Amino acid sequence: MKKLLSFLTAFAALVLLSNFVTGPAGYQVGDKVADFKLKNVDGKMVSLADNKAAKGYIVVFTCNTCPYAKAYESRIIELHQKYAPKGYPVVAINPNDEATVPGDSFAEMKARAASKKYPFAYLQDATQEVAKTYGATRTPHLYVVTKQGADFVVSYIGAIDDNSEDAKLVKTKYVEQAMTDILAGKPAATSSTKAIGCTIKWKKA
Amino acid sequence: MNPFRSIVLLAALLLSATAGRAQQVSVVKFGELQKRLSRQNDTTYVVNFWATWCAPCVKELPLFEQLNATHANKKVKVLLVSMDYASQLDKKVKPFVLKRGLKSEVVLLNETDPNSYLEKVDPKWSGALPFTLIWNGRQHKRATFEHEFTPAELTAEINKFLL
Repeated sequence: MKKLLSFLTAFAALVLLSNFVTGPAGYQVGDKVADFKLKNVDGKMVSLADNKAAKGYIVVFTCNTCPYAKAYESRIIELHQKYAPKGYPVVAINPNDEATVPGDSFAEMKARAASKKYPFAYLQDATQEVAKTYGATRTPHLYVVTKQGADFVVSYIGAIDDNSEDAKLVKTKYVEQAMTDILAGKPAATSSTKAIGCTIKWKKA
Repeated sequence: MNPFRSIVLLAALLLSATAGRAQQVSVVKFGELQKRLSRQNDTTYVVNFWATWCAPCVKELPLFEQLNATHANKKVKVLLVSMDYASQLDKKVKPFVLKRGLKSEVVLLNETDPNSYLEKVDPKWSGALPFTLIWNGRQHKRATFEHEFTPAELTAEINKFLL
Protein backbone atom coordinates (compact mmCIF):
# COMPACT_ATOMS: atom_id res chain seq x y z
CA MET A 1 0.00 0.00 0.00
CA LYS A 2 2.81 2.32 1.00
CA LYS A 3 4.56 1.50 -2.25
CA LEU A 4 1.46 2.27 -4.25
CA LEU A 5 1.02 5.53 -2.41
CA SER A 6 4.58 6.66 -3.10
CA PHE A 7 4.15 5.62 -6.70
CA LEU A 8 0.97 7.65 -6.96
CA THR A 9 2.64 10.65 -5.33
CA ALA A 10 5.53 10.41 -7.76
CA PHE A 11 3.11 10.08 -10.64
CA ALA A 12 1.10 13.10 -9.50
CA ALA A 13 4.30 15.10 -9.11
CA LEU A 14 5.33 14.10 -12.62
CA VAL A 15 1.99 15.18 -14.06
CA LEU A 16 2.22 18.49 -12.20
CA LEU A 17 5.77 18.96 -13.38
CA SER A 18 4.97 18.23 -17.00
CA ASN A 19 2.13 20.75 -16.79
CA PHE A 20 4.55 23.25 -15.41
CA VAL A 21 7.15 22.55 -18.08
CA THR A 22 4.77 22.85 -21.02
CA GLY A 23 2.93 25.73 -19.34
CA PRO A 24 -0.53 26.98 -20.17
CA ALA A 25 -0.15 27.29 -23.92
CA GLY A 26 -3.43 29.12 -24.39
CA TYR A 27 -6.27 27.83 -26.49
CA GLN A 28 -6.01 24.76 -28.67
CA VAL A 29 -8.39 23.87 -31.48
CA GLY A 30 -11.61 22.55 -29.90
CA ASP A 31 -11.36 24.73 -26.78
CA LYS A 32 -14.28 26.91 -25.68
CA VAL A 33 -13.23 30.54 -25.49
CA ALA A 34 -14.08 32.94 -22.69
CA ASP A 35 -15.82 36.08 -23.90
CA PHE A 36 -14.06 39.42 -23.45
CA LYS A 37 -15.05 43.04 -23.20
CA LEU A 38 -12.59 45.34 -24.93
CA LYS A 39 -12.71 48.94 -26.09
CA ASN A 40 -13.14 49.51 -29.80
CA VAL A 41 -11.62 52.46 -31.65
CA ASP A 42 -15.14 54.00 -31.73
CA GLY A 43 -15.07 54.11 -27.92
CA LYS A 44 -17.69 51.39 -27.44
CA MET A 45 -17.03 48.16 -25.56
CA VAL A 46 -17.19 45.00 -27.69
CA SER A 47 -17.85 41.37 -26.70
CA LEU A 48 -18.26 38.27 -28.86
CA ALA A 49 -21.79 37.88 -27.51
CA ASP A 50 -22.87 41.32 -28.81
CA ASN A 51 -23.37 40.28 -32.41
CA LYS A 52 -26.30 37.88 -32.21
CA ALA A 53 -26.14 37.15 -35.95
CA ALA A 54 -22.51 36.00 -35.87
CA LYS A 55 -21.91 32.32 -36.59
CA GLY A 56 -18.36 32.87 -35.46
CA TYR A 57 -15.49 35.30 -35.71
CA ILE A 58 -12.09 35.64 -37.28
CA VAL A 59 -10.19 36.95 -34.26
CA VAL A 60 -6.84 38.38 -35.23
CA PHE A 61 -4.22 39.75 -32.86
CA THR A 62 -2.52 42.47 -34.84
CA CYS A 63 -1.09 45.95 -34.41
CA ASN A 64 -0.12 49.21 -36.09
CA THR A 65 3.62 48.83 -35.98
CA CYS A 66 4.75 45.32 -36.93
CA PRO A 67 5.91 45.03 -40.56
CA TYR A 68 4.17 41.64 -40.83
CA ALA A 69 0.93 43.08 -39.46
CA LYS A 70 1.19 45.90 -41.99
CA ALA A 71 1.93 43.44 -44.78
CA TYR A 72 -1.26 41.57 -43.90
CA GLU A 73 -3.46 44.58 -43.17
CA SER A 74 -5.23 44.71 -46.52
CA ARG A 75 -5.57 40.91 -46.55
CA ILE A 76 -7.28 41.09 -43.15
CA ILE A 77 -9.70 43.69 -44.55
CA GLU A 78 -10.39 41.33 -47.48
CA LEU A 79 -11.04 38.45 -45.07
CA HIS A 80 -13.69 40.57 -43.37
CA GLN A 81 -15.26 41.57 -46.67
CA LYS A 82 -15.40 37.96 -47.75
CA TYR A 83 -16.53 36.28 -44.53
CA ALA A 84 -18.59 38.88 -42.63
CA PRO A 85 -21.49 38.37 -45.09
CA LYS A 86 -21.18 34.63 -44.37
CA GLY A 87 -21.51 35.24 -40.62
CA TYR A 88 -17.82 35.41 -39.68
CA PRO A 89 -16.72 39.03 -39.21
CA VAL A 90 -13.14 39.92 -38.34
CA VAL A 91 -12.42 41.20 -34.83
CA ALA A 92 -8.94 42.74 -34.64
CA ILE A 93 -7.27 42.99 -31.24
CA ASN A 94 -4.14 45.02 -30.55
CA PRO A 95 -2.34 43.44 -27.57
CA ASN A 96 0.83 45.56 -27.56
CA ASP A 97 1.75 47.56 -24.47
CA GLU A 98 1.44 51.18 -25.52
CA ALA A 99 4.06 52.26 -23.02
CA THR A 100 6.57 50.04 -24.85
CA VAL A 101 5.29 50.85 -28.35
CA PRO A 102 3.81 54.37 -28.53
CA GLY A 103 2.80 53.65 -32.13
CA ASP A 104 0.25 51.18 -30.76
CA SER A 105 -1.47 53.63 -28.40
CA PHE A 106 -5.26 53.86 -28.49
CA ALA A 107 -5.02 57.23 -30.27
CA GLU A 108 -2.73 55.72 -32.92
CA MET A 109 -5.09 52.75 -33.30
CA LYS A 110 -7.96 55.17 -33.93
CA ALA A 111 -5.89 57.02 -36.52
CA ARG A 112 -4.88 53.79 -38.27
CA ALA A 113 -8.42 52.41 -38.35
CA ALA A 114 -9.70 55.71 -39.75
CA SER A 115 -7.02 56.11 -42.42
CA LYS A 116 -7.36 52.52 -43.63
CA LYS A 117 -11.16 52.56 -43.18
CA TYR A 118 -11.21 49.35 -41.12
CA PRO A 119 -14.62 47.74 -41.72
CA PHE A 120 -14.24 45.70 -38.50
CA ALA A 121 -13.82 46.33 -34.78
CA TYR A 122 -10.26 47.18 -33.74
CA LEU A 123 -9.99 46.56 -30.01
CA GLN A 124 -7.31 47.43 -27.51
CA ASP A 125 -6.33 44.63 -25.13
CA ALA A 126 -5.01 47.11 -22.58
CA THR A 127 -4.41 44.54 -19.83
CA GLN A 128 -3.11 41.94 -22.34
CA GLU A 129 -5.28 39.36 -20.57
CA VAL A 130 -7.13 38.36 -23.74
CA ALA A 131 -3.90 37.73 -25.65
CA LYS A 132 -2.58 35.68 -22.74
CA THR A 133 -5.80 33.68 -22.47
CA TYR A 134 -5.73 32.91 -26.18
CA GLY A 135 -2.04 32.08 -26.06
CA ALA A 136 -1.23 34.64 -28.75
CA THR A 137 2.49 35.24 -29.08
CA ARG A 138 2.89 37.40 -32.15
CA THR A 139 1.22 39.83 -34.53
CA PRO A 140 -0.50 38.80 -36.66
CA HIS A 141 -1.83 35.68 -34.88
CA LEU A 142 -5.23 34.51 -36.06
CA TYR A 143 -8.00 32.40 -34.49
CA VAL A 144 -11.27 31.33 -36.06
CA VAL A 145 -13.98 30.72 -33.45
CA THR A 146 -17.26 29.04 -34.32
CA LYS A 147 -20.53 29.37 -32.42
CA GLN A 148 -21.67 26.10 -30.87
CA GLY A 149 -24.80 26.58 -28.79
CA ALA A 150 -24.10 29.46 -26.46
CA ASP A 151 -20.33 29.09 -26.75
CA PHE A 152 -17.63 29.98 -29.23
CA VAL A 153 -15.17 27.17 -29.93
CA VAL A 154 -11.72 27.49 -31.54
CA SER A 155 -11.77 25.98 -35.05
CA TYR A 156 -8.52 27.24 -36.52
CA ILE A 157 -5.30 28.79 -35.20
CA GLY A 158 -2.43 30.17 -37.16
CA ALA A 159 -1.33 31.76 -40.38
CA ILE A 160 -3.29 33.73 -42.97
CA ASP A 161 -1.42 32.35 -45.99
CA ASP A 162 2.00 31.15 -47.10
CA ASN A 163 3.56 34.36 -48.41
CA SER A 164 3.67 37.43 -46.21
CA GLU A 165 5.77 39.50 -48.59
CA ASP A 166 3.65 39.26 -51.70
CA ALA A 167 -0.06 38.45 -51.73
CA LYS A 168 0.16 37.79 -55.47
CA LEU A 169 2.59 34.90 -54.93
CA VAL A 170 0.46 33.12 -52.33
CA LYS A 171 -0.07 29.44 -53.11
CA THR A 172 -2.04 28.34 -50.05
CA LYS A 173 -4.52 30.58 -48.26
CA TYR A 174 -4.49 28.68 -44.97
CA VAL A 175 -7.31 30.54 -43.26
CA GLU A 176 -9.55 30.52 -46.35
CA GLN A 177 -8.96 26.79 -46.71
CA ALA A 178 -10.06 26.35 -43.10
CA MET A 179 -13.07 28.64 -43.63
CA THR A 180 -14.23 26.57 -46.59
CA ASP A 181 -14.36 23.50 -44.34
CA ILE A 182 -15.92 25.39 -41.44
CA LEU A 183 -18.64 26.93 -43.63
CA ALA A 184 -19.40 23.43 -44.93
CA GLY A 185 -19.96 22.37 -41.32
CA LYS A 186 -16.78 20.28 -41.19
CA PRO A 187 -13.73 20.60 -38.96
CA ALA A 188 -10.86 22.34 -40.76
CA ALA A 189 -8.64 19.73 -42.44
CA THR A 190 -5.63 21.85 -41.53
CA SER A 191 -6.67 23.45 -38.26
CA SER A 192 -3.32 24.67 -37.04
CA THR A 193 -0.50 26.43 -38.89
CA LYS A 194 2.43 28.62 -37.96
CA ALA A 195 3.66 31.96 -39.19
CA ILE A 196 6.43 34.44 -38.48
CA GLY A 197 5.42 37.62 -36.72
CA CYS A 198 6.52 40.26 -34.27
CA THR A 199 6.58 39.17 -30.69
CA ILE A 200 3.76 40.77 -28.68
CA LYS A 201 5.24 43.63 -26.67
CA TRP A 202 4.35 42.55 -23.14
CA LYS A 203 4.25 45.01 -20.27
CA LYS A 204 7.46 45.11 -18.29
CA ALA A 205 6.92 43.05 -15.17
CA MET B 1 58.34 54.55 -58.28
CA ASN B 2 60.86 52.70 -56.14
CA PRO B 3 60.09 49.06 -55.29
CA PHE B 4 59.88 49.74 -51.55
CA ARG B 5 57.22 52.41 -51.96
CA SER B 6 55.12 50.22 -54.21
CA ILE B 7 55.28 47.38 -51.67
CA VAL B 8 54.13 49.73 -48.90
CA LEU B 9 51.37 51.02 -51.15
CA LEU B 10 50.29 47.51 -52.05
CA ALA B 11 50.28 46.47 -48.38
CA ALA B 12 48.20 49.51 -47.45
CA LEU B 13 45.77 48.75 -50.23
CA LEU B 14 45.41 45.12 -49.13
CA LEU B 15 44.92 46.13 -45.51
CA SER B 16 42.22 48.64 -46.27
CA ALA B 17 40.49 46.14 -48.53
CA THR B 18 40.43 43.55 -45.72
CA ALA B 19 39.33 46.03 -43.08
CA GLY B 20 36.57 47.40 -45.24
CA ARG B 21 35.19 44.05 -46.32
CA ALA B 22 31.68 43.47 -45.09
CA GLN B 23 30.79 40.30 -43.28
CA GLN B 24 29.38 38.04 -45.95
CA VAL B 25 25.72 37.18 -45.69
CA SER B 26 24.95 33.95 -47.45
CA VAL B 27 21.43 33.11 -48.50
CA VAL B 28 20.30 29.62 -47.52
CA LYS B 29 17.26 27.42 -48.05
CA PHE B 30 15.83 25.56 -45.09
CA GLY B 31 17.44 22.24 -46.07
CA GLU B 32 20.89 23.74 -45.65
CA LEU B 33 19.99 25.43 -42.40
CA GLN B 34 18.48 22.23 -41.04
CA LYS B 35 21.80 20.41 -41.57
CA ARG B 36 23.50 23.03 -39.47
CA LEU B 37 20.81 22.86 -36.80
CA SER B 38 21.38 19.14 -36.43
CA ARG B 39 25.13 19.28 -35.74
CA GLN B 40 25.92 17.15 -32.74
CA ASN B 41 29.44 17.53 -31.38
CA ASP B 42 31.26 19.18 -28.48
CA THR B 43 30.55 22.72 -29.69
CA THR B 44 27.79 24.74 -28.05
CA TYR B 45 25.77 26.29 -30.86
CA VAL B 46 23.80 29.47 -30.36
CA VAL B 47 21.42 30.17 -33.24
CA ASN B 48 19.44 33.38 -33.11
CA PHE B 49 16.58 34.09 -35.52
CA TRP B 50 16.19 37.83 -36.05
CA ALA B 51 15.32 40.48 -38.60
CA THR B 52 16.43 44.03 -39.28
CA TRP B 53 12.81 45.20 -38.79
CA CYS B 54 12.46 43.49 -35.39
CA ALA B 55 13.27 46.04 -32.68
CA PRO B 56 13.79 43.59 -29.78
CA CYS B 57 16.00 41.45 -32.04
CA VAL B 58 18.19 44.37 -33.01
CA LYS B 59 18.44 45.37 -29.36
CA GLU B 60 19.76 41.99 -28.24
CA LEU B 61 22.19 41.37 -31.15
CA PRO B 62 25.16 42.86 -29.22
CA LEU B 63 24.65 40.17 -26.55
CA PHE B 64 25.25 37.43 -29.12
CA GLU B 65 28.16 39.35 -30.58
CA GLN B 66 29.69 39.54 -27.13
CA LEU B 67 29.58 35.75 -26.77
CA ASN B 68 32.27 35.46 -29.44
CA ALA B 69 34.63 37.59 -27.38
CA THR B 70 33.68 36.29 -23.93
CA HIS B 71 34.01 32.66 -24.94
CA ALA B 72 36.78 33.04 -27.53
CA ASN B 73 38.72 30.11 -26.03
CA LYS B 74 35.69 27.85 -25.62
CA LYS B 75 33.81 25.94 -28.24
CA VAL B 76 30.92 28.32 -28.76
CA LYS B 77 29.58 29.11 -32.21
CA VAL B 78 27.07 31.87 -32.89
CA LEU B 79 24.93 31.89 -36.02
CA LEU B 80 22.57 34.78 -36.73
CA VAL B 81 19.74 33.77 -39.05
CA SER B 82 18.12 36.78 -40.68
CA MET B 83 14.43 36.31 -41.40
CA ASP B 84 14.33 39.37 -43.62
CA TYR B 85 12.95 38.80 -47.09
CA ALA B 86 15.61 37.77 -49.62
CA SER B 87 14.59 40.83 -51.64
CA GLN B 88 15.98 42.95 -48.79
CA LEU B 89 19.44 41.34 -48.79
CA ASP B 90 21.30 44.16 -50.54
CA LYS B 91 18.96 46.95 -49.50
CA LYS B 92 18.66 46.25 -45.78
CA VAL B 93 20.54 43.21 -44.46
CA LYS B 94 24.05 43.71 -45.88
CA PRO B 95 24.15 47.44 -45.00
CA PHE B 96 22.89 46.60 -41.50
CA VAL B 97 25.55 43.93 -40.95
CA LEU B 98 28.23 46.30 -42.24
CA LYS B 99 27.06 49.26 -40.17
CA ARG B 100 26.89 47.22 -36.98
CA GLY B 101 30.19 45.52 -37.79
CA LEU B 102 28.69 42.12 -36.92
CA LYS B 103 31.40 39.51 -36.43
CA SER B 104 29.16 36.47 -36.01
CA GLU B 105 28.25 34.48 -39.06
CA VAL B 106 25.04 35.78 -40.64
CA VAL B 107 22.84 33.86 -43.05
CA LEU B 108 19.53 34.86 -44.57
CA LEU B 109 16.85 32.18 -44.66
CA ASN B 110 15.20 32.37 -48.06
CA GLU B 111 11.84 30.67 -47.59
CA THR B 112 8.38 32.15 -48.12
CA ASP B 113 6.20 29.80 -46.05
CA PRO B 114 7.14 29.68 -42.35
CA ASN B 115 4.52 27.00 -41.78
CA SER B 116 6.72 24.64 -43.78
CA TYR B 117 9.76 24.91 -41.50
CA LEU B 118 8.97 26.49 -38.08
CA GLU B 119 7.91 23.17 -36.59
CA LYS B 120 11.12 21.56 -37.87
CA VAL B 121 13.31 24.19 -36.22
CA ASP B 122 11.53 23.47 -32.96
CA PRO B 123 7.95 22.47 -32.14
CA LYS B 124 7.93 25.06 -29.35
CA TRP B 125 8.53 27.96 -31.76
CA SER B 126 5.21 29.67 -32.47
CA GLY B 127 6.81 32.03 -34.99
CA ALA B 128 7.49 35.14 -32.91
CA LEU B 129 10.84 36.88 -33.28
CA PRO B 130 13.35 36.87 -31.74
CA PHE B 131 13.83 33.12 -31.25
CA THR B 132 17.02 31.50 -29.99
CA LEU B 133 18.18 27.92 -29.96
CA ILE B 134 21.12 26.75 -27.85
CA TRP B 135 22.37 23.20 -27.94
CA ASN B 136 25.32 20.95 -27.37
CA GLY B 137 25.21 17.48 -28.87
CA ARG B 138 27.90 16.02 -26.65
CA GLN B 139 26.01 17.09 -23.54
CA HIS B 140 22.62 16.10 -24.99
CA LYS B 141 21.35 19.52 -23.98
CA ARG B 142 19.05 21.81 -25.90
CA ALA B 143 17.10 24.94 -24.94
CA THR B 144 14.83 27.33 -26.82
CA PHE B 145 13.81 30.89 -26.07
CA GLU B 146 10.99 32.74 -27.81
CA HIS B 147 11.76 36.12 -26.31
CA GLU B 148 14.43 38.79 -26.02
CA PHE B 149 17.24 38.06 -23.57
CA THR B 150 18.46 40.27 -20.79
CA PRO B 151 22.29 40.18 -20.54
CA ALA B 152 22.06 38.30 -17.23
CA GLU B 153 19.66 35.70 -18.62
CA LEU B 154 21.80 34.94 -21.67
CA THR B 155 24.93 34.63 -19.55
CA ALA B 156 23.13 32.27 -17.15
CA GLU B 157 21.75 30.14 -19.97
CA ILE B 158 25.10 29.89 -21.78
CA ASN B 159 26.85 28.99 -18.55
CA LYS B 160 24.53 25.99 -18.17
CA PHE B 161 26.19 24.64 -21.30
CA LEU B 162 29.75 25.62 -20.49
CA LEU B 163 30.13 24.68 -16.84
